Amino acid sequence: MLSTINLSYQYAGAAAISFPDFTAEQGDHWLILGPSGSGKTTLLHLLGGLLSPTVGRVQLDHFNYSTISPAKLDKFRGENIGIVFQKAHAVQSLSVLENLLLTQQLGGKSLDKQKIMNLLERLQMGHKANQKPNRLSAGEQQRVAIARAVINQPRIILADEPTSALDDKNCEEVLRLLKESAETVKAILLVVTHDNRLKAAFHKQLLLK
Amino acid sequence: MSMNILRLSWKNILNKPLNLILNLVLFSLGVGLISLLLLVNVQLEEKFEKNFAGIDLVIGAKGSPLQLILSSLYHLDAPTGNMPVAEAKAFLNPKHPIFKAAIPLSLGDSHKGYRIVGTNAGFINLYQAEFEAGEVFMETMEVVVGATVAKNLGMEPGDTFKSSHGLIEDENLVHEDAAPFKVVGILKKTGSVIDQLLITKTQSIWAVHEEHDHEEEEHEEHNHEGEEHAHDSAATEEEMPLAFYEDQQITSLLVQFRGRNIQALNMARNINENTNFQAATPAIEINRLYTLLGVGEEALKALAMLIIFVSGLSIFISLFSSLRERKYELAVMRTLGAKPGFLFQLIIFEGVILAVLGFIFGIALSHGSMIFLADFLEKSYRYDFTAALFLKEEAYLFGGSLVIGIIAAIIPAFQASKTDIHATLADNKA
Repeated sequence: MLSTINLSYQYAGAAAISFPDFTAEQGDHWLILGPSGSGKTTLLHLLGGLLSPTVGRVQLDHFNYSTISPAKLDKFRGENIGIVFQKAHAVQSLSVLENLLLTQQLGGKSLDKQKIMNLLERLQMGHKANQKPNRLSAGEQQRVAIARAVINQPRIILADEPTSALDDKNCEEVLRLLKESAETVKAILLVVTHDNRLKAAFHKQLLLK
Repeated sequence: MSMNILRLSWKNILNKPLNLILNLVLFSLGVGLISLLLLVNVQLEEKFEKNFAGIDLVIGAKGSPLQLILSSLYHLDAPTGNMPVAEAKAFLNPKHPIFKAAIPLSLGDSHKGYRIVGTNAGFINLYQAEFEAGEVFMETMEVVVGATVAKNLGMEPGDTFKSSHGLIEDENLVHEDAAPFKVVGILKKTGSVIDQLLITKTQSIWAVHEEHDHEEEEHEEHNHEGEEHAHDSAATEEEMPLAFYEDQQITSLLVQFRGRNIQALNMARNINENTNFQAATPAIEINRLYTLLGVGEEALKALAMLIIFVSGLSIFISLFSSLRERKYELAVMRTLGAKPGFLFQLIIFEGVILAVLGFIFGIALSHGSMIFLADFLEKSYRYDFTAALFLKEEAYLFGGSLVIGIIAAIIPAFQASKTDIHATLADNKA
């Protein structure tokens, strides 16, 4: 169970952004919508432990990870949270397979090549395992990003505009894979977007103002 | 297949092959140049010093003192001229109050490019050379062969050959009419100049020239002792001390003092002022040579340092600019659980790997070129140089390379470790 309590963040020299309290149960898929400047990315970074709130807290199963030390937070994030960004930003010098091995290592998991290959097959990326990221199309890169977000079986999967760089066909495909992958590992999925194409796919929606 | 930091650093470096090549070329040039200077310098000084052979003074015909030292002690360069035995007689006195030893040298002949030295057995003792085979010369025309000469010409005791006039190999200058030399001994390798020489009695040199002088006059320009002595004297009886051959000539004398007293120290000036000869002190002349060579060496060293500095700068610039390209992937690695220290080490390793590779290539470059240089240096300096010598200075050079790699990487590494995940990844949205 992921919950936010009285969460707000204040950038230097700007008014504080307050976020409504909400709770996501294990396995829930949420869509967080809002116009530009409504703090969507800020909320996602607060949830992902990339940013610490000015006020309030974020809890995973009643464990408040908003105030733990940076070193503990790095570890917590590696183990419990998977994030898909608008672009994959995979390590350019490593192949798809090596990127995922690195993800396992950084997440403190044992290196399991077979597990990675199975996941890549499910994402129809098995034949690209030894390619460098810059040889992949935008849709393929997002599949790598999804693989990277789910390989360590995190409790929470966060996606920040995962489809806004994709055409309709790829958008649909990536969304489907994202939801499937989240279901497979029974993670909470939170997708932040202003992409209206995604609205129909989520029952649970949070609208930021 | 572990994805440790070192491996990731290595992959990152390989991912930028042009940067890699530029950095390696610069770094290895700098390291290679310094290492080569060290190699040549250390071996040259070692050989020069070894070849002092305890000689305090070299006496010879007037001319350049450096030339006298180079020709008589190092067997480089041509002799300055000849000394008539009649005038040098006093120096040859075995009971000389100041000279412990005065070893006569007669130079000017060679065999297949290797110099023949007419002298006495004392010359072999100077270099503490031991016999590999055979024994020292007893009779005229017997010759003892240095280790390198024996190896390169495949000589063995019992072999015979005819000497050539002059110091360069020239078939037209072979003393065809003279009696052949006979090899009676082969010396063990000493690492000094004697390895490159053929040693015989002074009388052998005289004998060669007496017999053929009348028809070899056209080679006068070769500055040869004994050349002008076309006499038919049969007074070459082996038992006679050298001083008795008053109408002969020698090239120079290698002198050891009995002790380093004032008289000994004044000896050189006395000879220079009061005789037709000159006396040169090896240490002084060689130091003068070092000073002359030193200027060039310093300039090369400065150039090498400059190249290393530029290569450090080049590593810094390529790491720094690669950070800008990689800032998102570094931030994403942080979201995956990488600690700041991981990114710091990642970049430091990249600098260190470049420096270590540069060092390895540089050492390979210097020792590789030393193999080719050794051949040339052996011919021009008459010394064996080796490429297989590793100096402790090269260990320092390794330490220095590591330090340069770390210094070049430390600012980029620090910057990488400070990657602000939120700012970087939020900034990328648009």
